[in-house]
Amino acid sequence: MSEAPQTGASAAGDAEAAHEGEPLVLTELIQRLKVRDVMTRELSTVSRAATMRDVQELMRQKKISGVPVEENGRFFGLVSIDDIIRALGGGYIDAPCSRHMTTKLVVLEDDMPLSFALRYFDRYHYGRFPVLNRDRRLVGIVCQRDINRALLVELAHELNRLENATLQAADKASARSVHVLREIPVCRYDFENAGKAANQIKRVLQERQFPPKLIRRIAVAAYELEINLCVHSDGGVLSWRVSNGRAEIIARDAGPGIEDVEWACRDGTSTANEWIRSLGFGAGMGLANVKRVSDEFEITSQKGSGTTVRAVVNIGELTV
Amino acid sequence: MTLAELSARCGLEAVAVPDGTVAVSGAYTSDLLSDVMAHCPDGAVLVTVQNHTNTVAVCTLVGAPAIVLVHGREVPEEMRAAAAREGVALLRTRDDQFTVSCRLGAVLGVGARCAGDGEPAAGTV
Repeated sequence: MSEAPQTGASAAGDAEAAHEGEPLVLTELIQRLKVRDVMTRELSTVSRAATMRDVQELMRQKKISGVPVEENGRFFGLVSIDDIIRALGGGYIDAPCSRHMTTKLVVLEDDMPLSFALRYFDRYHYGRFPVLNRDRRLVGIVCQRDINRALLVELAHELNRLENATLQAADKASARSVHVLREIPVCRYDFENAGKAANQIKRVLQERQFPPKLIRRIAVAAYELEINLCVHSDGGVLSWRVSNGRAEIIARDAGPGIEDVEWACRDGTSTANEWIRSLGFGAGMGLANVKRVSDEFEITSQKGSGTTVRAVVNIGELTV
Repeated sequence: MTLAELSARCGLEAVAVPDGTVAVSGAYTSDLLSDVMAHCPDGAVLVTVQNHTNTVAVCTLVGAPAIVLVHGREVPEEMRAAAAREGVALLRTRDDQFTVSCRLGAVLGVGARCAGDGEPAAGTV
């Protein structure tokens, strides 16, 4: 036995894969789908007392190549085909599996986006990953076949939805009256793309030679709101426009809503989980930062429905 | 002071430095990206443990020309690519945040000023 299973922060740090050249619909899908949506939940497991031979027999019966060792949901390790081969060669096939299972494991959390799982497969070259829930209980196992199957089903749904949406959008386009310069969708946990709106605003303003300090205020507001959509919402849209002496940024999502808006705006308060924090987000400074850089700040939210945040920075006589 | 000079005097490993002649005006140490956005001075190098693309994005927003990764943290390919795209330099040290900050402070002359006149210890010179 060596180390306890862990989800390394460094792995999570670069786990938001760059999906350049990939269709947007696929990028959104692998961010939206969670590991729990694709994993196998019906597990064949053994207890620590089972022998390596018991595990070998279970593998043969179930036609599987990896067996988790767990007791009442508590996960101890994994016995793979390689471990069995070593046991046969080493003459300890009748020893308890707890002595020879693999314990130095990389695991996934059921709440992670599918993009994390894909990256882990690329990075570690394992055939499967055990999946733990927030309470560190074993809740599933995921292999690449599970992912392929789930993606095909979801892609078919998504293509249908997109076809319908395209037709509806074409109808509405002519009736649009508000001139929005940019409108950018932000997906849950899509950290890779979360800075795009802020960067876009920054570039547009730089091209028009706005003062750097003003650009920084506007870009910081946009970036914080994008990250908020990414971390806390089920996905939303960040829109921005610069006109009539004002730069206005609006972040709008459809849920899950904020129970106590005043609390959420306080410096240092956050509901972000551990792996979000490991990326340097979720310190509870986001909304406070937006407020600080804005001349006008407004937030409306309702638990169970959506949240809208509006930040305005006055740009005076400057024009775009 | 140029980035190349600061890097050499502090013994930092140059992972990717697109332009060593860029001017450095200070340093800021933090692992919280919102904190960096709120307080990192323009032109300061960022000392952090955060080895991912969002760190590059934040540096771009605040005008930080370089990231100093501590504890010899690996540099993921995505981060390397983002930094190259945005022109942000990547430096690395085996030391922790405190040690490398002290070293940067000494070279930049921040420590002497802070100890002497009781001014707030902002990481600029």
